[in-house]
Amino acid sequence: MTKSHNYFTSSIGKKQIMALTGFGLVGFTMAHLLGNLLIFLGADAFNMYAYTLTSNPLIYVAEAGLVAMFVLHLVLAVFLKIENSSARPQAYYVKKKTGRGETFASVTMPYTGLVILVFIVLHLMNFKYGTHYTTMIDGLEVRDIFRTVVEYFANPLYVAWYVFAMIALGIHTSHGFQSMFQSWGVNHPKYTPTIHFVSLAYGLTVASGFSILAIYCHLLN
Amino acid sequence: MSNKDMTIHLKVWRQKDRKDAGRFEDYTIPNVSKDMSFLEMLDVLNEKLVLDSKEPIAFDHDCREGICGSCSLMINGQAHGPEKATTSCQLHMRSFSDDDTIVVEPWRARAFPVLKDLMTDRSSFDKVIASGGFVSVNTGNAQDANTMTVSKENADLAMDAAACIGCGACVASCPNASAMLFASAKISQMALLPQGKVEAAQRASEMVKTMDEEGFGNCTNHAECEASCPKEINLSNIARMNREFFKSKIFSKKG
Repeated sequence: MTKSHNYFTSSIGKKQIMALTGFGLVGFTMAHLLGNLLIFLGADAFNMYAYTLTSNPLIYVAEAGLVAMFVLHLVLAVFLKIENSSARPQAYYVKKKTGRGETFASVTMPYTGLVILVFIVLHLMNFKYGTHYTTMIDGLEVRDIFRTVVEYFANPLYVAWYVFAMIALGIHTSHGFQSMFQSWGVNHPKYTPTIHFVSLAYGLTVASGFSILAIYCHLLN
Repeated sequence: MSNKDMTIHLKVWRQKDRKDAGRFEDYTIPNVSKDMSFLEMLDVLNEKLVLDSKEPIAFDHDCREGICGSCSLMINGQAHGPEKATTSCQLHMRSFSDDDTIVVEPWRARAFPVLKDLMTDRSSFDKVIASGGFVSVNTGNAQDANTMTVSKENADLAMDAAACIGCGACVASCPNASAMLFASAKISQMALLPQGKVEAAQRASEMVKTMDEEGFGNCTNHAECEASCPKEINLSNIARMNREFFKSKIFSKKG
């Protein structure tokens, strides 16, 4: 093994790390969705959940891990995109899909990824670092994140942008989810069709789950 | 309509040499038989060009029976044309209709520079093979039958992978010009058999390294390669290569 070609700079190494970080992000997204479902139970349940989560000192470790995964996923994506574009300097005059390979989701990965990046920055600004209200639950002063969220979604334009971004996230993950199995060498005639189905179901769940929550919050106003 | 009176319009990529910028030229060929192969149709055109004292169109071809991997045409934006599991030489004019315009381009990838017209230099594939696509055994008498057992399942999978003719349609059709389907078939055909297992780790490591050095793109799991492959090499070979490569890097001393 020469120094210039180690696991991390190899084509396969990069895509496996892409898959691994994607796996972490997919797991986080699902946990985030499940936690957010507490919005349906009302302000106290959601605020208490947010308080419990953020008052645990381990949250900083988790956040650092999340940021690391996200940054790695993003940096690798940029490298891969640049390398892949330069692998074909002259484009085809006519290029037709076979219809049995590329999907809308697989082709739009860089673009849906970009939407998610913009979304996450705005999302953190609006909620995590958004207006800080407080409320009392059983004599304990906690942040009223529920109010911040509901107030934000009063604007239908914000709801529309949120739903758009969640559809992008759903499309992105519907390719990414099954893709990470292939990258890690899991391809089996028995299980691959199931993995593809779960991948679509995951994308659909994430897109519709978050969107329904946003619309619900809008209706609370 | 009789079999013999199709008129075909061609838009063919003409490029003098490696350095030439290249351009499309239009040709109209009358009386094209539906029973002609695509390459025979090009032969007819070339004969006419020669008679007219013009430079014939250069394109790779050899066996013309779909097993050598020489022919390599991007036909109407699809590697080897519109038919599934068919090389350009096995593609027949019955796949087209009268008065069709067909665009013919060479494979386009940094690792496959155009030499002339529709011919590309695919020696990067040879380099990938030379870096590990072999089994280092001493030749000698054949072993007694059954001294080395191979399961039927693995024998079939190895044979399926060995069906790769190295034409480069996978690279040509991949949006990233990645050679993973080719490399994975060549790694798989040996990794599946006991004779190949001995050097499996080193082979995976070296062949992937050469593939990366030759300037092929990265795989993003579109599966356009599998869909375009005239030999229907399965995507599961890429998954096997991913496993073999990871194993070679993490567990092997030599990787």
